[in-house]
Amino acid sequence: MITFLTAEKLACARGERRLFDGLNFRVKAGQALAVEGANGAGKTSLLRLIAGFLAPLSGRLIVKIADKEDDDAEERGKLVGWLGHQDGLKPQLTVAEQLDFFASLYRSKAGAAVLEQVGLARQADLPCRYLSAGQRRRLALARLLVSRRPLWLLDEPFAALDVNGQGLVAHLMAHHCGEGGIIIAATHEPLGLSNESLKL
Amino acid sequence: MSPFAILLLRDTKLAARSGGSAALALSFFALVATLVPLGIGPDLRLLARVAGGVLWVGAVLSALLSLDRLFQGDFEDGSLDLIALSPLPLELTSLAKIAAHWLSTGLPLTLLSPLLALLFNLPGPATGFLFVSLLIGTPAVSAIGAIGASLTLSLKRGGLILPLIILPLLSPVVIFGAGAVSATLDGLDGTGALELLAAFSFAAVLLSPFAAAASVRLNLGS
Repeated sequence: MITFLTAEKLACARGERRLFDGLNFRVKAGQALAVEGANGAGKTSLLRLIAGFLAPLSGRLIVKIADKEDDDAEERGKLVGWLGHQDGLKPQLTVAEQLDFFASLYRSKAGAAVLEQVGLARQADLPCRYLSAGQRRRLALARLLVSRRPLWLLDEPFAALDVNGQGLVAHLMAHHCGEGGIIIAATHEPLGLSNESLKL
Repeated sequence: MSPFAILLLRDTKLAARSGGSAALALSFFALVATLVPLGIGPDLRLLARVAGGVLWVGAVLSALLSLDRLFQGDFEDGSLDLIALSPLPLELTSLAKIAAHWLSTGLPLTLLSPLLALLFNLPGPATGFLFVSLLIGTPAVSAIGAIGASLTLSLKRGGLILPLIILPLLSPVVIFGAGAVSATLDGLDGTGALELLAAFSFAAVLLSPFAAAASVRLNLGS
């Protein structure tokens, strides 16, 4: 199980522009970190950096897992449950096909219970092109759940969701933290958890 | 099912469903192969002579139609991020995508080619060589195409640059593939060309997933 994620003097640049510099934080198991900042402050870049898509300009990211500290980006990627601002759904595939594909890809299992949990049980056989923006987001949440990863990186987790959906996200996040997972979320709204926040 | 097989299956399914590229490539190939005899006219000896080259070029161009979307569809809608974070290494992801592209374009094109060879009055043995050369050569088209597709991944109109990158690299495939057919027409043994084609194809399929994965990694960080 994951113990903590630490950033040491992290710096990131996109093109010629330096987004942040000397960033330090530590998130322990069971904690959530809300990343706040104006548009273009580098919230998404920070998430992509943690996921290992981007390489930091300088500084280190360290994950401690099972008494071993590791700063390898590839290894860290294997812990990440990703909810990007894009939903990553194919219009031609049905809701159930979509979820089964990602579950098998992540060597996990997708049950009907997960769709029930996010409120999409009735849409299981519907091609994704007929889903509304909020329903697509709910399916992306279901996918995050079946990935069974300890380190959740969420980009605007409340976007496009109705009040019920936002409650669902808050509930899922609280449950994930309760099980000893870590959440790092880029957001403009309060997460509804007793979380730390990081201003970019 | 293994993650590799599930990705292969999903990409083949996407290519076969509406909006997919399999039917498009096949009809394009059939149309090109029909138009050329109409343009050249009823000179049967000439038609048989050019058949190998025309069908090979037609097959490469048809495969090219869907190559630019190989990674781009997944890149644009964010699926590629999720696939990259899965336990499947990007090298195997690339290989699965190459295999899916071949299954949905290269293989159907090969199966259709004997029928189209009739339009060119290609004799039986030469048709056999055409079929076999397409069967072993089209995987190289998908594999080398994957390198081009991964390089042009983040370009908005990458499909326009893609042919400029990969067509020169594909010239050995066309030379040996069409060469095997014309050698047979001349009463020579075409197997030498087929062996070279097989070697090229084997190397391309083996090595290009590494190149494609490296370039996808670069683009995910952009």
